[in-house]
Amino acid sequence: MNATIDSAPIAQDSSVDDMQIWWQAQRFLHYEADLLDHREFDNWLALLDENITYRMPLTRNVRRDALAQEYSGKHDAAWFDEGIDTLRQRVAQIKTGIHWAEEPASRVSHLVTNIRVLDVVPDEDGGEQVHVRSRFLIYQNRLQAEVNLFVGKREDVLRRRDGRWTILSREIHLDQNVLLSKALTIFF
Amino acid sequence: MGHKSIDELVRAEEGLVSRSIFVDDEIFQQELQQVFSRAWLFVGHESLVPKPDDYFVSRMGTESVILTRDRQGQIQVMLNSCAHRGMKLCRYDHGNNRTFTCPYHGWSFSTDGKLVEKPGELVGVPGHATHYKGELDKKQWGLKTVAQVVNYKGAIWATWDADAPPFLDYLGNMRLYLDAALDNRDGSSGGSEVIGGVQKWRVKCNWKFAPENFIGDLYHDISHRSVDIVGIGPGGGKGRRDPSATRSAICFPELGHGLLGRLPFYEEGPYAPQYARYPEVEAYFRQVHEQRERTLGSAMRVQTSVGTIFPNMSFHGRQPRTLAVFHPISATEMEMWRMYLVDKDAPEAVKEAARHYFLRYSGPGGMTESDDMENWTGATEASMGAVSRELYFNYQMGVGHAQPVPEIPGCAVNGEYTEENARIYYRRWAQFMNGLSWDQLMAGSVRVEERAA
Ligand code: FES
Ligand SMILES: [Fe+2]
Repeated sequence: MNATIDSAPIAQDSSVDDMQIWWQAQRFLHYEADLLDHREFDNWLALLDENITYRMPLTRNVRRDALAQEYSGKHDAAWFDEGIDTLRQRVAQIKTGIHWAEEPASRVSHLVTNIRVLDVVPDEDGGEQVHVRSRFLIYQNRLQAEVNLFVGKREDVLRRRDGRWTILSREIHLDQNVLLSKALTIFF
Repeated sequence: MGHKSIDELVRAEEGLVSRSIFVDDEIFQQELQQVFSRAWLFVGHESLVPKPDDYFVSRMGTESVILTRDRQGQIQVMLNSCAHRGMKLCRYDHGNNRTFTCPYHGWSFSTDGKLVEKPGELVGVPGHATHYKGELDKKQWGLKTVAQVVNYKGAIWATWDADAPPFLDYLGNMRLYLDAALDNRDGSSGGSEVIGGVQKWRVKCNWKFAPENFIGDLYHDISHRSVDIVGIGPGGGKGRRDPSATRSAICFPELGHGLLGRLPFYEEGPYAPQYARYPEVEAYFRQVHEQRERTLGSAMRVQTSVGTIFPNMSFHGRQPRTLAVFHPISATEMEMWRMYLVDKDAPEAVKEAARHYFLRYSGPGGMTESDDMENWTGATEASMGAVSRELYFNYQMGVGHAQPVPEIPGCAVNGEYTEENARIYYRRWAQFMNGLSWDQLMAGSVRVEERAA
């Protein structure tokens, strides 16, 4: 007997079932990760929207009935809460060659996976905003034996306009309460 | 450990401190006993527990403690360990509880003064009548509570030692410099709050590297050249801070506290605009500056950049304005906590501008602080070897150049670049480690006067 492959959308998954847009989003995120891992930071900055918000809230242990407070809020402390200016400053700092937390340079690999397109909405400028969720596993190795592993979830709003993709917002949920590495000098 | 005496390990007058005090396990255990179970420790800020029954889980030394506001509004600090068989009572970082019930066998403890005489008293025991035949003396089996707790302008301090002197004596005239951080920018007393959320992260260094750094090591500024080049200051442009007058290394030799900041002065300078890009923020800082002139008049005042209160709490007094505490984990690891302070009644836009600035400056993602941790972990790692741990660190800069500060009893100034502040810090550490009595520890301290303003 031949097994039949059911190509219909999985009923309970409400994500966008458009192969084209999913494929493009995935290519974009993998390309972005590759730029970071090859330290092409200027090319990476070029993928960011001028109005980007880039935020990694704190992760807290809270009661199951208070899970809404698991991540620190928009006006609370965070690990990062950045815009384009400070992201550019971070790249400039790395390039000085005397930012000792990144000197010698970290060896970093971003594994980006579980990519789902949650929705696609038109934006005012004739483009589209593509809401994408993904997982990351980032391995960082420094100096001789320093290893940091960062694992978590990302929620991105990507902007697609005239065939060009940019990142309009990124929220990073790190699966760690007490941060187990001494510094955050890489991009997520 | 080569079994050197404490006085051989810390030769403060010569500016020599043995590397072994930063890596040795036995010394670490001794510290938990002699320093962390006796000294006044910073455990949090009142704004972390704004409402009755709110709690926040903090640490004192290596131990977990519960900071809570009871139904009567009093702040309590209790060991987070069940009196029955030790289980951690509170497994969340913060929350709101009327009683703390143990997950293991269900004993419950309360801080409600209507139910109990002593905060943390045992109120509920499953099977008290049947299994225990009513014979368990509940009064005896409450939670261990700290011996003393103080709310100083919102900052909460506690000690396990009933004989410890009152917090204000322990703080001495360092109080003036702590006030400069905790007081409202308009010069009125108190009025700060913590921006929601506490950053907590592990650093593989001895916990003493951090307070030593913040007590006044301006010399290490060179390691922040990369961020100075980029310029992350709140006003944009060069540098990474507010414009500030020349800083001096100021210390309280008998108490072990110290800072980088300004000597007493009597008049505010003219307001220097710094937030040109943010008119609302600029207007606020101008307005509080003028208000400050009116509030303080010609009274004496000081300014703090960074300071340390012995043993493990440091703070930034201006922008960024933060509180930090360095919890020991082992001889070669600490957990660093940072909280960010703003004036409670500042407009939202001002709080937001401050928050963004603080986060890009401090914490593990801070463009300044990330390099500090690199230094402390590198120095710890390179001091672990059998050969290296026998060496001494050099703290000989400016030995013998301390000058008294006439306006502030118990206070000394050492110019801009000096290692005197570190020397007095390690001398204090040695006094605690030698097990001196509180009478001996406080013998040289000066009685503190109320601040005039
Ligand atoms: S350990 Fe808490 S009730 Fe037994
Ligand atoms: Fe520093």
